[in-house]
Amino acid sequence: MVSFTLNGEERRFDGDPETPLLWVIRDAERLTGTKYGCGIAQCGACTVHVDGMTRRSCITPIADLEGSSVTTIEAVSGREAEAVQTAWTAIDVPQCGYCQSGQIMSAVSLLQMNPAPSDADIDAAMAGNICRCATYQRIRQAIHDAASSLEG
Amino acid sequence: MTKTTLTRFCLLASACALLSAAPVAGWSQDRAPAAPEPSQPVVQKKAETVQLRPVSDFDAIEDETERSIAIFEETGKVLLHPRCVNCHPAGNVPLQTMAMTPHQPPVVRGDANFGVPGLMCNTCHGPENVKVVGQTEDILSIPGNPNWHLAPIEMAWQGRSLGEICEQIKDTDRNGGKTLAELIEHMAEDDLVGWGWNPGEGREPVPGTQEAFGDLYKAWAATGAHCPAP
Repeated sequence: MVSFTLNGEERRFDGDPETPLLWVIRDAERLTGTKYGCGIAQCGACTVHVDGMTRRSCITPIADLEGSSVTTIEAVSGREAEAVQTAWTAIDVPQCGYCQSGQIMSAVSLLQMNPAPSDADIDAAMAGNICRCATYQRIRQAIHDAASSLEG
Repeated sequence: MTKTTLTRFCLLASACALLSAAPVAGWSQDRAPAAPEPSQPVVQKKAETVQLRPVSDFDAIEDETERSIAIFEETGKVLLHPRCVNCHPAGNVPLQTMAMTPHQPPVVRGDANFGVPGLMCNTCHGPENVKVVGQTEDILSIPGNPNWHLAPIEMAWQGRSLGEICEQIKDTDRNGGKTLAELIEHMAEDDLVGWGWNPGEGREPVPGTQEAFGDLYKAWAATGAHCPAP
């Protein structure tokens, strides 16, 4: 039995302790905003926050999460998350959208730790989130826009 | 079904029946070619187990300096192994695989040798090696350790000779301020160093055991900790 917090609520999982967190989020908890992309931590589609840090849920055994706090795209909140959401919708960042929940979780984490990232900071932070529609230019622009809106 | 539709259906059906009955040679060429043989997962060639020679193997070398150097050279089987050098890169990008290729995704070192905001090492690397759920031929597990991080740049080994690395690991300015005794303990006991012998599925471990490696270091220190020529 693993006890953890998911989006602010206490949760328990009593299945196989090696079950990836992504399966627990999508299949057990029915939160389908977090996506399965590659299953080998190469694409970033499954990114969530664990104790405030980005984490690839497809390669995280649920057993590692005893006592941890998990936040998914459905509940990510705070100034940075709001700024990212506004910036994302303002310029319609997504194309097909499949990778975007992962992109957003990484972008929020970046802005939480670095409120004024340079192009290089953004590229380095987002290097693990692949977008097959190649919306990278808009992602970078939206992160800059979100950072500007957080000033002052 | 209206009368017109029914007529059309009948016409089509009879045309099809005619076509399928007729031995038209050209049609067989239009069909998809025979399915290829089902692909088989690549079975990774198991690397030959390389052992470390025991300390006693070096007893025959009478000259203590020569013995010390020979013992250190034996530890070079581990130090120069990609499993070790991959995390002691000369640049700001970790390496991976036995070919020592740049890390994918293209992560960078960061201020604390632990990645950058938004993409820290623990985004993917947890407290232990984890078998992956995705089907791949080459990435069978994601490596992990509670202390996972890149060696600081002053501890870079990539591209250096064994003699250079030897001087480097004794230099307190480039070894994290370790005394010789602390260095030996680090080699013999450190859990992240020990990961090299337990690198997870799909990765070749470094030769021997950490215990044998530690014994060689103790013997090296006891014989004066001499280094090979750079």
